[in-house]
Amino acid sequence: MSEITDTDTLETTAENPVSGIDQVAGDFQYAMTYDFDAGTGLNERTVDYISAVKKEAPWIREFRQNALKTFLSKPLPTHWASKDLEAIDFNKIRYYLSQGTKPKRTWDEVPADIKRTFERLGIPEQERRFLAGVEAQFDSEAAYSNIKDAVSKQGVIFVNSSEGLREHPEIFRRFFGKVIPTGDNKFSALNSAVFSGGSFIYVPPGVKVSHPLQAYFRINAENFGQFERTLIICDEGSELTYMEGCTAPKFSTATLHSAVVELVALKGAKIQYITVQNWSPNVFNLVTKRGLAHEEAEIKWIDCNIGSRLTMKYPGVVLRGRKARGEVISIALANDGQHQDTGAKMIHAADETTSTVVSKSISVGQGRATYRGVVHIPRQLKGCKNNTECDALLINTNSRTDTYPAITVRGDRHAVQHEASVSKVSAEQIFYMQQRGLTEGQAMSLSVNGFINDLARQFPMEYSVELKRLIDLEMEGSVG
Amino acid sequence: MAGATTAQTAVADNLGGFTPEVFARHLALQAASPEWWLERKRGAYSRFESLPMPRRTDEKWRFSNIAGINLGGFSPAGDAPRPDPLSPPPELAVEAAATLSFLNGRLAGGTPASAELANKGVVASALSEAIARHPGMLREHFMAQPQKLGSAKFAALHEAFIDDGAFIFVPRGVEIDRPIVVVHAVSGPGTAVFPHTLVIAEDNSRVTVVDYFASCDPSRQFACGANDLYAGHGARITYTAAQCWSLEALSLQFNSTVVRRDARVQSLNLHLGGKQARHESLSQLQAPGGFSEMLAITIATGAREADQRTLQIHQAPNTKSDLLYKNALLDQSRTIFSGLIIVDPDAQKTDAYQSNRNLMLSDEAESNSLPGLEIQANDVRCTHGATSSRIDPEQEFYLKSRGIPPKAADELLIFGFFEEVLNRLESEELHAALRKLIRAHLRR
Repeated sequence: MSEITDTDTLETTAENPVSGIDQVAGDFQYAMTYDFDAGTGLNERTVDYISAVKKEAPWIREFRQNALKTFLSKPLPTHWASKDLEAIDFNKIRYYLSQGTKPKRTWDEVPADIKRTFERLGIPEQERRFLAGVEAQFDSEAAYSNIKDAVSKQGVIFVNSSEGLREHPEIFRRFFGKVIPTGDNKFSALNSAVFSGGSFIYVPPGVKVSHPLQAYFRINAENFGQFERTLIICDEGSELTYMEGCTAPKFSTATLHSAVVELVALKGAKIQYITVQNWSPNVFNLVTKRGLAHEEAEIKWIDCNIGSRLTMKYPGVVLRGRKARGEVISIALANDGQHQDTGAKMIHAADETTSTVVSKSISVGQGRATYRGVVHIPRQLKGCKNNTECDALLINTNSRTDTYPAITVRGDRHAVQHEASVSKVSAEQIFYMQQRGLTEGQAMSLSVNGFINDLARQFPMEYSVELKRLIDLEMEGSVG
Repeated sequence: MAGATTAQTAVADNLGGFTPEVFARHLALQAASPEWWLERKRGAYSRFESLPMPRRTDEKWRFSNIAGINLGGFSPAGDAPRPDPLSPPPELAVEAAATLSFLNGRLAGGTPASAELANKGVVASALSEAIARHPGMLREHFMAQPQKLGSAKFAALHEAFIDDGAFIFVPRGVEIDRPIVVVHAVSGPGTAVFPHTLVIAEDNSRVTVVDYFASCDPSRQFACGANDLYAGHGARITYTAAQCWSLEALSLQFNSTVVRRDARVQSLNLHLGGKQARHESLSQLQAPGGFSEMLAITIATGAREADQRTLQIHQAPNTKSDLLYKNALLDQSRTIFSGLIIVDPDAQKTDAYQSNRNLMLSDEAESNSLPGLEIQANDVRCTHGATSSRIDPEQEFYLKSRGIPPKAADELLIFGFFEEVLNRLESEELHAALRKLIRAHLRR
């Protein structure tokens, strides 16, 4: 089989001691041979190739081709977004790489290299311990996808998006592209043209999935673009927690990750979507995530961004039904060379809808954390409420943080408030801890963990522990 | 032919009534001005010509009604015969150290500063006079600060077409107790005016300036005004502006404040008039100890749009800014508040605050808030908040239960809402004057 190259060397760790977890857990690569490769660059043939490999129905191919036209016609949003986007060369990216389109149902069937990758990331172990199902995506396709029998017997569907399109077109087509239309933005159009992988989940009415479902996204190839597409539908009164994690090895060239995630919570359903984004610092992470909450439904995004070079991600909730609830909890940590441009969008479209946004960001070294948000309450609604809180913590003298909210309220029957603050770690606290025998670094880590503690507690235990570990690693060497 | 028509339309859209011919006529009337001043005007006009009109995608014009910013149908007042000058309204009849009244851009009256103040070197004169007498100061401070809030084109228009304005200079160490009151009035349909107030307060001086903007008739007019405040080391400027243009007017106003070491500037803008009124306010804290307090009260009625853009730039360590903008929204009105605090790298110990409160008094009104922060130093205290909500129903109920009619109750609650801003004024007299203006506006 392919030769194994391991880039996890001591030198890289020593060079940049604060770059953190990527080096520790995700920065390794096994050389692969791919059976399907759409080549470099993007044109109509690339799209046809992907569609052909996946043996898709003509309507999907047409959908993709239209999306490609939309993508090409839209300018980069640099009039408000970072100019760093111009560093992406869409003609140097490989848009599809896979070893086959059918995911395996047991780890034993997964090719050795891929299996080793996921074992090293601890996925099979997590699955055994606390998950109801796992999908593991390697570059463009899911290598492994399984759901525990008990859950599938309840009627829960958990497959990758290609399988979803093939096997459940009646559900898929009804909701696909409805929450996030192709033309929503340039990157949602790109995703719609070349999407591959991602999860399709359907939870039948009244079913409460007791354990989380998890997807893990791994980029292995250089100059690669990963474009998964996730669609989750929770039928009336059902409940689901979904978690995603992601890593990539550290390459010298830019890698692109541009996902589209659509959630639909029908009447009274609850969806909790948890992301721990830990891409290596060469990844452009440009993701569109939005949920549609019907009457009395609840959608909660817990979004944690630690890795990547530039992340632009504003999870949103369209509150379509009366008394629907939306919530975004966002934690971002921007280290040297990173820009975490994250936030939330709350679109109120029915009476008595409520939304909450809590964002905490930490800027280390020359890192830049940005909060960008939209709260929109249109005409003729009543009793809508929004509460937004943004707190930024600046660790070093010239760390940077920005806040750019936009709040539109029409009418006099709503209550909306926004608050933001910027602070640094209190010197007194650090002094106190040092005086008790902690090093300055340990004290700093403890302070930062304290800053996000009330949010981290909302994570499932395993993720909360992982997050703390990640922050400790990121904070190493950041003081002095 | 069709192509030429399109090009002409584009030019008309871009320049409105301010074509090169109109500018040439304006310059001809300025023949008495020195050449350097005319040269500046020519430069400004060519900037105005070349800069594009705001577009829908301009972040600095987000949520603004771009279609309403139409320069067509307006022309400079020029040499047209002028009616009687407007004196300060009874509400603003404060005892002033000096007054200046401008009608359609020209000095139309006023009371000079006392001989005592004049002997100390205080100048409260027309800008046209200062061009000849104090060219150095004008070069240094007149429209000298960058236009960072989106209206570079209109600031150039202002500079190109300005006829006259107020020039206030307070020398080092001189303190003036009474306010200096400046009235800028416009009359006649389609008239464009370019009011300007330049305040230079030298080190450790103190001055209070009141700008009053008013229309003589309720027609559609265009006001494109600017004011520059410069506070030298340890100086104190209190600046109050009451904007009472006609309810049909288009108003664009640019404020720039420079705060030097240990200086303190307080500015309060009261916005009552204008069909569409945009106010841009830039505060630059250039040296340690500087403090800029930015206050605004807006009452938006009818289908008016009140558009406020602010920028607090902390360029030095140990500076402070405090912004409080309160809007009351009635009828089908719209307000936009877009504020940004910038803390430059190394501007440590900055203390910056920004707060926008919207009182929604109608189910058809719309408020937009864009409170922003850009912080590049870590040892700072920066917070901002924005709220939009209606009056507390319990307070309303209380007033109702005491038999107070709803309209009177609303008025009481609006005053309660604005009191927090008015209370920041040190002068009781000004406080009372602004209250009277607000009351007169609410009752008409």
